[in-house]
Amino acid sequence: MLVVVCDHKSGVLTSNSLEALSFGEDLARNGGKDLVALVPGGLQDHSLQSYRLRSVFTFPFSGDHATAEEYLAALLLLAQRSSPECIIFSYNSLGKALGGQLAIRLNAGLISNVCGFEWVDGRALFKKSVFSGKAYAWCAFQSETGLVAILPKAYGINQGQSEQVPEYIDLGPLAPDSRMLVVERTMSSGKTPLTEADVVVSGGRGLKDPANWGMVESLAELLHAGTACSRPVADAGWRPHHEHVGQTGTAIRPKVYIAIGISGAIQHLAGVNNSRTIIVINKDPEAPFFKAADYGVCGDLFEVVPKLIQALQNGQ
Amino acid sequence: MKILVCLSKTADTTARIAFDAAGVKFSEEGVQFILNPYDEWYALVRAIELRDAQGGQVDVVHVGSAASDMLIRKALAIGADAAFRIDDPEPDTRSVAEQIARFAASRGYDLIFTGKETIDYNSSEVGAMLAAALNLPFVSLCSKLDFSDGTLRCTTDIEGGTQMVELRPPAVLSAAKGLAEQRIPNMKGIIDAKKKPLEVLPAEAGSALVTVVRYELPQEKMGVKMIAPDDVQELVNVFKNDLKLI
Ligand SMILES: Cc1cc2nc3c(=O)[nH]c(=O)nc-3n(C[C@H](O)[C@H](O)[C@H](O)COP(=O)(O)OP(=O)(O)OC[C@H]3O[C@@H](n4cnc5c(N)ncnc54)[C@H](O)[C@@H]3O)c2cc1C
Repeated sequence: MLVVVCDHKSGVLTSNSLEALSFGEDLARNGGKDLVALVPGGLQDHSLQSYRLRSVFTFPFSGDHATAEEYLAALLLLAQRSSPECIIFSYNSLGKALGGQLAIRLNAGLISNVCGFEWVDGRALFKKSVFSGKAYAWCAFQSETGLVAILPKAYGINQGQSEQVPEYIDLGPLAPDSRMLVVERTMSSGKTPLTEADVVVSGGRGLKDPANWGMVESLAELLHAGTACSRPVADAGWRPHHEHVGQTGTAIRPKVYIAIGISGAIQHLAGVNNSRTIIVINKDPEAPFFKAADYGVCGDLFEVVPKLIQALQNGQ
Repeated sequence: MKILVCLSKTADTTARIAFDAAGVKFSEEGVQFILNPYDEWYALVRAIELRDAQGGQVDVVHVGSAASDMLIRKALAIGADAAFRIDDPEPDTRSVAEQIARFAASRGYDLIFTGKETIDYNSSEVGAMLAAALNLPFVSLCSKLDFSDGTLRCTTDIEGGTQMVELRPPAVLSAAKGLAEQRIPNMKGIIDAKKKPLEVLPAEAGSALVTVVRYELPQEKMGVKMIAPDDVQELVNVFKNDLKLI
């Protein structure tokens, strides 16, 4: 049996959960295994039904969102009851709080940042992204239970076909670790988190001044994109720290990454080079970013970007 | 306050990524190793700030070979009081956590820090493993930490935002950006570091639950397609036809 750990926001499954479900569905189908899901109570999303799930286990939680401690308690209970072969979850911030703890508590191997799998001689091998995506390690479990922590945005979401209605089973009251108290949650309003954005528009020191960020934001809005920046931009306080992408900031892998006035230093690339398509706007033909790009515009951003915005607006 | 900071070494980002002929081992030839930035810049510096404000001591621990001693001395130069190295030349992630847990179990640390991840393998596993092995609460991805009246108040990164948690020590924390500002060791620190203790302890490795079968390098990019700066319509076409953005 394989378990997929899911999360939902106001009753709707998160995209990271859909990625994990898709991974689980493919792994279960290839290996001829049963698939079940674990979800905090209150899910209203019917998309769960399209993933060939045998059962859905739910658990109660206090507060407005299940904490990592509540997930942990639910998973330990579920594992005790049904000894799953694999527990599959997104390696987002929730997954990072859970993974290592589960590994010890269940004496299970943990393979993190998984972006694919293959079956070889009846055994699953998992493809782990290492060196910020500059290499992959194919790994195997030597333990009875394996923890598969999926790299966010690396696995495609299945457009489910199945109409199999799973059986819902409530795990009942849990006794989560209560030594740590959540006193406040601040959700960044409205916007999709950077790690979940399909399109990201990012600005570097080439923009010269925080006052020039209007065009980055306009372009982002027209493309329904998130906004990001290089490290010196965040360090100078031009943009908030959570927008800093790169080796020491957030690592992202959107479908499209548009870099404006960013040189493409190796530490920056480490956080963005797994984007499916990279578009670079830079006036320096020698900027290293062009080597990592799919499309490049060599020109002055103060001319190119406003013209681009104009053209997009005209096209609407 | 008695604080332990776990240090990892990591290949510098500029390192050429290559593997041995069989594709099963990272080739370290010519690779420069550094202290993992999350450990050095955030975990260690915040630990030193807390000690300076509250009194107490900061120990650092590393699982690795003598080749790392130079890196450990750097942590002492930045301001740690004492260092321990568990002499295991090639530990896997789990055995790093297990060996540090055994080391820390009887030493009464109030806080144990790890970095949020190493910048080479990006696994982000050791902190959570340590917490579970020591049966301590785990503050994951901590970007702000205050301590007063015996209570820790931590801001941590969660999906789509942050949360504030409160707890009493002891605890294990993984340090994320924002927790502190990087410090460069000064001359006095470097000289003092030579006199500080670095104790070497024997390894006691367990069995690996995950094995690497082989490594693989990603496919090269196809090369960049250049678009003239006065031809933004071409870029709009790319958005529309190739990328289906609009
Ligand atoms: C250990 C370590 C970790 C690091 N981690 C990160 C990280 O996580 N993320 C990160 O981003 N950096 C990181 N850095 C810093 C990194 O090395 C670079 O210094 C940084 O990415 C440069 O930012 P930038 O491209 O915005 O600025 P610059 O290097 O100054 O580049 C600005 C670019 O804008 C272009 N430009 C200027 N004016 C115009 C114009 N009018 N029109 C078009 N183009 C223009 C220039 O040609 C240039 O290429 C790290 C460094 C170290 C040592």
